[in-house]
Amino acid sequence: MLDFPRWKILAILLTIAAATLFAIPSLLPQSALDRYPSFLPHNKVSLGLDLAGGSQLLFEADLQDFNKQRLAAMEENVRTELRRDPRVETSDISTAGGRISFMVRNPAQLDTAVERMRTLTAPVGLTGTRSWDVQAFDGNRVVMTATPEGTAAALKEALTVARDVVRRRIDPSGTREVTVINQGAQRILVQVPGVDDPESLKTLVGQTARLEFKLVDQTADLALVAQGRAPAGSQVLPMADGSGFMAVQRRVMVSGEQLIDAKQAFDQQSGQPSVSITFNSAGARRFGRATQENVGKPFAIILDDKVLSAPNINEPILGGQAQISGNFTTESANALAISLASGKLPVKLTVLDERSVGPDLGRDSIQKGLLASGLAILAVVVFIVITYGRFGIYATAALVVNALMILGIMSLFNASLTLPGIAGFVLTIGAAVDANVLINERIREELRRGRKILDALETGYKEASTAIFDANITNTIAAALMWYFGSGPIRGFAVVLFIGIVTSVFTAVNFTRMLVALWVKRKRPRELHI
Amino acid sequence: MRLLKLVPDNTNIDFMKVRNIALMLSLIATIASLVLVGVRGLNLGVDFVGGQMLRTTFAQPVDVDQLRDRVGSLGLGEASIQESGGPRTYQIRLPLPPGGEAAANAAATRVRTLLQQQYPGSRVDSVETVSGKVSEELATDGALAIGLAMLGIALYIWLRFEWQFGVGALLTLFHDVSMTLGFFALTRLQVDLNVVAAILTIVGYSLNDTVVIYDRIRENLRKYRKMQTVPLLNLSLNETLSRTIVTSLSILLALAALLIFGPEVIFGLTVAIFLGIFVGTYSSIYISATILVWLGVRPDSFLKAEDGEKVVRREDGAVV
Repeated sequence: MLDFPRWKILAILLTIAAATLFAIPSLLPQSALDRYPSFLPHNKVSLGLDLAGGSQLLFEADLQDFNKQRLAAMEENVRTELRRDPRVETSDISTAGGRISFMVRNPAQLDTAVERMRTLTAPVGLTGTRSWDVQAFDGNRVVMTATPEGTAAALKEALTVARDVVRRRIDPSGTREVTVINQGAQRILVQVPGVDDPESLKTLVGQTARLEFKLVDQTADLALVAQGRAPAGSQVLPMADGSGFMAVQRRVMVSGEQLIDAKQAFDQQSGQPSVSITFNSAGARRFGRATQENVGKPFAIILDDKVLSAPNINEPILGGQAQISGNFTTESANALAISLASGKLPVKLTVLDERSVGPDLGRDSIQKGLLASGLAILAVVVFIVITYGRFGIYATAALVVNALMILGIMSLFNASLTLPGIAGFVLTIGAAVDANVLINERIREELRRGRKILDALETGYKEASTAIFDANITNTIAAALMWYFGSGPIRGFAVVLFIGIVTSVFTAVNFTRMLVALWVKRKRPRELHI
Repeated sequence: MRLLKLVPDNTNIDFMKVRNIALMLSLIATIASLVLVGVRGLNLGVDFVGGQMLRTTFAQPVDVDQLRDRVGSLGLGEASIQESGGPRTYQIRLPLPPGGEAAANAAATRVRTLLQQQYPGSRVDSVETVSGKVSEELATDGALAIGLAMLGIALYIWLRFEWQFGVGALLTLFHDVSMTLGFFALTRLQVDLNVVAAILTIVGYSLNDTVVIYDRIRENLRKYRKMQTVPLLNLSLNETLSRTIVTSLSILLALAALLIFGPEVIFGLTVAIFLGIFVGTYSSIYISATILVWLGVRPDSFLKAEDGEKVVRREDGAVV
């Protein structure tokens, strides 16, 4: 009991000092923190959204839409490939049932067709699986089916891109403290502190922002268009303002992928808000050529499969600059500009779960949480000191060290403090003394049994340690499951509980033991008040 | 200075004397809780059933019926309005409108507008919109987490002690969780994600108590091989009594501070843990320990593995 080697004392003190260094910034007001030496840690414990105020949105990728888009893209590739020399004559391509299938006119070309379709697919992983399965049937039919592995890989890639796009949209300047992370296979979690009305966020993120320029099909019969039927090679799209439908050619003249910039502007003639876009050089060339060839005809500006407007091409537009107009307000034009500039979302996102907390509630919660924590510490300290005297003071020292260590470890690992986390903190304060209680009660008992002081202390610490260990394992299991299955604030609670368990065992078993050993060594007490 | 001794030295309370009555009462209380949950149901929050919830603070106390009528007149489906944490703070809950996200936004906006117009000075503190899909997942995950925690802890106890102790732990936890749910069914307090966290905490801490007692029982089983089970349990309970009381009291003191002065949003969480500590303390004595008698724990439960000493069992169950 008494021989506490110097290195052990040093190790304990160093651990505590390190944790305290990390805890200090959280306890200092900002003004003091500014003058704090720069080589010391500056991280404050970060606050969860429920305390800081802000919004959280959980988006989910629309799988149906994703598969549809992927199928359409592959269909386009297949068409292009079949048209290339040597051309393969086929029937019309069908995409029914999520598969691409077509008949080869000349059965002798079947093998070539299958071969060439295979070149359009990519290997997935190391097992030899490809992104699409290509098979020949009945001597003249080619069927392409997306493999589950290929779809999963494509989805994963799409969500990684989507995450970056979402981040650019919410935080174009890259300076705000936003969290955008992938969650599971098809979700993206967005947290933005300080924004308590998430409407604007949703407008920004919700737009796929797939911008396309297509020629208006003027040959289409308007009566048929109203029924949703378009001539071959064309399609019917709704107007964005809900005023009806329009037939446009399927071929994309230029797409938004060839943009390098988009800004909110005002239309020079009408003064209405609009979006001004700039193409990259390839896009500018294509746009220039397309407008040159179609002077006098209307072209449709299409956003996410809705026609924004369909102005006439009065003259070739050669500079690579264009204006998009279409019933914008300044805000919606600005949102569209940001969305366009940040790139198109590779997959449609829908909101699954949305939580927002106003700044007042958070501030109120922090104040009340601080007050409650302070009072909880006070109550427990008074109770423990009147129960165990000197040993209660040691337990109090352990409690303070414990609180500092929890704060320190949280800011070290950048764990956020949430509202339930405050409850976890208070609970830990109450429970942290448990280890000391176990030890102290055991010492009392051993003294009653007539053991000498040293012997009682030794046995007390030794015998109590198995109970302390087993008892804390049960809490660890509960905290681990809470963390694994919990989300957001609950995880914050689990983290605080877990850190609290570790630190309270450390402080009780090592720190108080050291204090007791040093005291006994110095004073050699004949009597133990406990 | 004279130190406070809540429990006098060398107590000799015959806890086990009333063990069968206590077990009976606990059984009845457990069944009653489960029936209550089944019949009355739990007041599940939007976390688990989906929907929208707005927390609002008003400048003055408001007439709830009038507020309900006004929100109801928006035609957004059946709105439920509940006081939360004070006469000026209310939770307005709306079902998730058909039409998905856009409709949900519109609904929240209309409520906001209504509040601004009719109740100047009011503020919306938080809005939660949870879709049916997510709420189902949260409910499954919550139930799974509680179930796995119970099993995991029981398994650990089995490994560290003996199977009887594992069974005792599992039944204790079942009792505690049922009682907590029963409490929520009785009071109609809202069950949200925080309550799941509370139940997991109760599971952890209730067993904390149980483990300390089990640890002492194991020690005494090894020490007093000739003692009969019931007196041995009584001895162990008495020896750990002071610790049980001091620890439970210090946790309750800390939680009381949180309950009275803490943030309202986590009131449900705190109440649940507060009660859970009571129930857990009781159950670690009257369920965890009593079950051991029923399952016939004897000193030789720990002997076989240890020294292979020949054990002779007498008629009365004591070991020579």
